[in-house]
Amino acid sequence: MSPVRPRRVAAVVLRHFYLIRGSLSRVFPLFVWVGIDMVLWGFISRYLAAAGGFRFSLVTALLGAVLLWDFQERVMQGVTMAFFEDVWSRNFLNVFASPLRLSEYLGGLVLSSIATSAVGLAVMLVVAVAAFGLSYAAYGVLLAAFLLVLFLFGIALGIVGSAVVLRLGPAAEWFIWPIPAVLSPFACVFYPLATLPGWMRPVARVLPPSYVFEGMRAILAGVPAPAAGLAAGAALAAVDVLLACWLFRGVHRYAVRTGLIARYAAESVS
Amino acid sequence: MSEASIPSVPAAGSAAEPAVLAAEGLRKAYGAVIAVDGISFRVRRGEIVGLLGPNGAGKTTTINMVLGVLAPDAGRVTVEGLDLAAHRTAVLERINFAAVYSPLPGNLTVAQNLRVFGMIYGVARLSERIAELLEQYDLVRFRDTKSGVLSSGEQTRLSLAKAMLNRPRLLLLDEPTASLDPATARDMRERIRRFATAGTGGALWTSHNMHEVVEVCDRVLFLSRGRILLEGDPRALPAEHGKADLEELFITVAREPLSLERS
Repeated sequence: MSPVRPRRVAAVVLRHFYLIRGSLSRVFPLFVWVGIDMVLWGFISRYLAAAGGFRFSLVTALLGAVLLWDFQERVMQGVTMAFFEDVWSRNFLNVFASPLRLSEYLGGLVLSSIATSAVGLAVMLVVAVAAFGLSYAAYGVLLAAFLLVLFLFGIALGIVGSAVVLRLGPAAEWFIWPIPAVLSPFACVFYPLATLPGWMRPVARVLPPSYVFEGMRAILAGVPAPAAGLAAGAALAAVDVLLACWLFRGVHRYAVRTGLIARYAAESVS
Repeated sequence: MSEASIPSVPAAGSAAEPAVLAAEGLRKAYGAVIAVDGISFRVRRGEIVGLLGPNGAGKTTTINMVLGVLAPDAGRVTVEGLDLAAHRTAVLERINFAAVYSPLPGNLTVAQNLRVFGMIYGVARLSERIAELLEQYDLVRFRDTKSGVLSSGEQTRLSLAKAMLNRPRLLLLDEPTASLDPATARDMRERIRRFATAGTGGALWTSHNMHEVVEVCDRVLFLSRGRILLEGDPRALPAEHGKADLEELFITVAREPLSLERS
């Protein structure tokens, strides 16, 4: 087995860096939408907090949850956007007929996502802390664990989204953008898992973010951090990343077998 | 994508030296349509082989199988003795290609494209190599120009520069001069000819310009309906089949392949 070459991974990252560096339309989405989200949910949290006797900081509960959910979405979009650049520039033949291994390609997409999602996270933290006094002190070091679980799950979603578009063609990107919105009711971002009807709970239990948000709420309620739940969330997220890579590899093999890569622009799904 | 350990490759010029490219029994079908039907051929070091045939004959399918972006239903591809299926990365490090239907990303500049692909192909002393290729392919003034705004001829020159980045042992060229003006096309042909005569690699070339094929190719393979119908020296082949020139032979292959199968 030929080794992973860091230089080839770096090439994928460099390409994305070149694209972002020279394009306002790529730079703005890194922070504008998440910044607006922070402002909107900051005011909503402040209004609701003023309206009625909560026993915990509503800003921390609501705005904090939105921030973490947006972070996960940024991570996912960091992967899919880097992949879509190859779709939009019809670059598949150049990429997949080169010595670049799939693991190197996906590694490059993930590293690109780390860079772009870090920008979004930094902007969200600045707005939430400076404008609305959001404090993560209550979570302590567990905040790092929350971010890790959401990061891993965001990566998994991004790779799955890329595999779907590779399989179904460029127009299928419209299946990918709504994925976070579709998952959010099951992920229990704003309410406890117990709020969900019975049929939704098994779905929530296999989604790593639900453990993060349950953990957040437990800490805010003064209950000890549910370490086992968080560990389960982390394990699920890690498994999801592996499953996503397995799916992408399977779709790539299918594409090589059927000629889909060579005829990608034709959106052949037969 | 696991790969077997890489066997050593005999030195250039040695008796045991394998062909740069050996395709054996390649077959590919899309449903009931057989695109390539069990073809075998070789490209030797220092040789330019023309892969000719009418549209739909199986040329691009063959090239895609050699590039590893299309898995054959049967048969195998080896480059310098290395099996593509078993040593994909090692084989693709030895190959490069230029095709009219696969331009480099238009939203990167010429230099950025060459740097990114140079890193992917593991090119040593990349900055020097890029400067050399910009000079050779008359792209110096477009160094910081987005590739997408280049004329089609300039884009073709960029594709060829990218194809030469890693000094490939096997160069795959799918209609490389299709959008070039006659003067530039001649210049490109001379460059590719020089690449072949340098003796470090071989090239597989598709073109619909028969004058170009006669000028450049050492040997041609005529494909028809996925099979190799004729093979030989492009300068001698027409007379062997009672045709005035290669273009006339091409037209016969396209319109009446059965007459050639009988001859």
